[in-house]
Amino acid sequence: MSAARSGTAVANGRFARLIDWVDERFPLTSMLKEHATEYYAARNFNAWYVFGVLAMVVLVIQLVTGIFLTMSYKPSAEHAFASVEYIMRDVEWGWLIRYMHSTGASAFFVVVYLHMFRALLYGSYKAPRELLWLIGMVIYMALMAEAFLGYLLPWGQMSYWGAQVIVSLFGAVPGIGEGLVEWIRGDYFISDITLNRFFALHVAAVPLVLIMLVVMHILALHETGSLNPDGIEIKQYKDSRGIPLDGIAFHPYYTAKDLVAIVIFLALFSAVVFFAPEMGGYFLEHANFEPANMLKTPEHIAPVWYFTPFYAILRAVPSKGWGAFLMVAAIALLFFLPWLDRCRVKSIRYRGMTYKVALGAFVVSFLALGYLGLQPATPTAVVAARFFTAIYFAFFLLMPFYTLAERTKPVPERVVYHAHK
Amino acid sequence: MSEEADLSRRHFLTVATSVAGGVGVVLAAVPFVASFKPSARAQAMGGPVQVDIRKLEDGAMIRVVWRGRPVWILRRTEDMLQRLASQTVELRDADSNESEQPEYAKNALRSIKPDILVVVGTCTHLGCAPIERFDVGPADLGADWVGGFFCPCHGSKFDLAGRVFAGVPAPTNLAIPPYRFVGDSLVLIGDDTGASA
Amino acid sequence: MMFKHLHLQLGSRFLAVLVACLGIAGTAAAAGGGALHDRADVDVSNVASLQRGARNFVNFCLGCHSAQYVRYNRLAQDLQITEQQLIENLMFAAEKPQETMTIAMRGDDAVRWFGTSAPDLSLIARNRGADYLYNFLRAFYVDPSRPTGVNNLMLANAAMPHVLWELQGVNEAVFEDETDAEGVSHKVFREFRQVTPGRLSAEEYEQFVGDLVNFLVYIGEPMQLERQRLGIWVLAFLLVFGILSYLLKQEIWKDVK
Repeated sequence: MSAARSGTAVANGRFARLIDWVDERFPLTSMLKEHATEYYAARNFNAWYVFGVLAMVVLVIQLVTGIFLTMSYKPSAEHAFASVEYIMRDVEWGWLIRYMHSTGASAFFVVVYLHMFRALLYGSYKAPRELLWLIGMVIYMALMAEAFLGYLLPWGQMSYWGAQVIVSLFGAVPGIGEGLVEWIRGDYFISDITLNRFFALHVAAVPLVLIMLVVMHILALHETGSLNPDGIEIKQYKDSRGIPLDGIAFHPYYTAKDLVAIVIFLALFSAVVFFAPEMGGYFLEHANFEPANMLKTPEHIAPVWYFTPFYAILRAVPSKGWGAFLMVAAIALLFFLPWLDRCRVKSIRYRGMTYKVALGAFVVSFLALGYLGLQPATPTAVVAARFFTAIYFAFFLLMPFYTLAERTKPVPERVVYHAHK
Repeated sequence: MSEEADLSRRHFLTVATSVAGGVGVVLAAVPFVASFKPSARAQAMGGPVQVDIRKLEDGAMIRVVWRGRPVWILRRTEDMLQRLASQTVELRDADSNESEQPEYAKNALRSIKPDILVVVGTCTHLGCAPIERFDVGPADLGADWVGGFFCPCHGSKFDLAGRVFAGVPAPTNLAIPPYRFVGDSLVLIGDDTGASA
Repeated sequence: MMFKHLHLQLGSRFLAVLVACLGIAGTAAAAGGGALHDRADVDVSNVASLQRGARNFVNFCLGCHSAQYVRYNRLAQDLQITEQQLIENLMFAAEKPQETMTIAMRGDDAVRWFGTSAPDLSLIARNRGADYLYNFLRAFYVDPSRPTGVNNLMLANAAMPHVLWELQGVNEAVFEDETDAEGVSHKVFREFRQVTPGRLSAEEYEQFVGDLVNFLVYIGEPMQLERQRLGIWVLAFLLVFGILSYLLKQEIWKDVK
């Protein structure tokens, strides 16, 4: 008994010496402290605060499955479609790796949209977190580029015609449009050359940028500290050791909590991968099971669901140039959110009815536009899309006015938290 | 009381969750590791190669490719077999104990049928392709050469059963692939179900 | 040189056919006026049905359509038939069991050109849906204006001839004139009327097509049953792991007051 105990002590001693050896050469312990065991976050995080971690989980899934897919995928117009079916049928477990990647693409946008909505709810973009928000927005744009580039790779009908439509949009840039479109394609149509460069960008360039941005996003977050559902800066009240009174260590408290969220997420993710990988045609579109054919457009082209709100805005405008402009503006306005919102109160819990109504209207219009973008552009649908486009833009453009006149509630000094019984 | 930290319960749950998580990671890694195995297409392309030897004349040799390796099929003449039996050179692995061959080809002639030699045409030294030298006593190989295979890269010599000479760089005899005969006219390379010498 | 010439000629002919098809696709909606809306009874765990479907596919479809991503030996394994049965009953277009269901090796260039114009069927069920295929194969009717002598209710002016007419028999489509609210008259499909009986009864033909569609759904995704079986285990594991991690979280969070 005592021998066993002293054996453990010796092992612990050796481990401690190894850590010391590393610490003299690399800031291992201090990094762990700074970002985990002594990173203090408010104790009152609710479920909205898990989506950042979940986005990291999806990023890892996409990187790992993506690397394995490149081992069997062939980025050429002649072989791309067949190589995907080769992965699905001939490569051992290839179907699982591919379905994880295709489901991961949609999952990425699900968690990122919810993560962004959390910021709108609790004012996470407000000072001093403007850079955090801006970096996050660049991540979102990189993610859209990554998804768009990757969608061409299976070289199915939807891949081909989706890319055709989106690339054509660059033709709306005044003056240089046509030249720009040719430059992007590297050819006079979406061809083998386009596919090859999209592949390079999808598997190397954009992922590198994404990883760098994610590291910057986390560094910026840990610099300012995480906000919380009450929108209170916990650094205002610290104990004698300098630890925020309302803060708890990220590890073990939030690692344990996030683990539960990760498992729940993985269960939902697996349910799709194993039981509905096509997700009724929303994650894998039926038309994409037909190889790209440059002579035949599918009867109904719709982008994948995560682009459809912006696609609906594009279609709502009866002019190519203005449609493209509004679509870009719809994304660009998000960048200005920290400066458009002039209310001093951060969390929706203590904000006035005007913001609550405005945010509700924004969410409804975003979802409605997403739905309309999936439907054929009937006259009724176009009118509806115009209506919701107007609301979408009103949310941002009127924000400086309605947030200034907001009747807020008093914000408590300390966060509201009730321990579990 | 129930709200106080229960250290043994906490320790147990930490260990149990860690173990379950570890198991999960290992299981999740299985598909990725297994995806490196030869795919169904690779297996299909690496399937048995069927060779028709009806037109293979005495003393002639044909080359086929099986799983990316050159395979030679030589129909040895009576004369060749006699010379092979009476050769006097020293062999490094005369009984094929160190060499690669199926059990049914681990004999003096290293074959199922005495006349038909099926052998992988890759030198066991550094992978060059030996050339067939069936002439007897040529000037460059010496008077005691009774026919065999000579590797031009580093001078390794093999007899008409693919056995390596002593004193040359190649360490082992030429490899024999798995094979079997289908009737008298076909050789199936890469499939030896039910084969025996 | 001669070959090249032939190739070019066939190429342009192929293009002409394609362009014609594109033109036809534009008018498809106008010629419509009805469709079948029956649901295919798909069950890829029904091995006997898949075996019959495979036989139907090999005998009636594989002449013109390939299934280039489907391997015969995988088929034998999933359909629970021996290699010998596979070779004797299904492998008319291949030499080795590990080959895929291609047809490219057969015939001269002309056949190859028209062969490529018949789509590969590996993914047709994922592309068009089982119900569509089930209805399409039962929706041929006599139409003397068509070069093939038949038309199809699901795909107006389909290029495909009614390969299965000997089995189904020949149907006539009965259309009725109907005037809509705006006073425009349309031809609306009412029913099929058999003019020549086939070798199979109506029920037998439905079974025949049902098995075939079932098989097409299977080859669209041969691993689908394996996928679902594995999914149960993955979810079961995550349930256990989830319970453990939840208990751990609750335990650790007792510190937080």
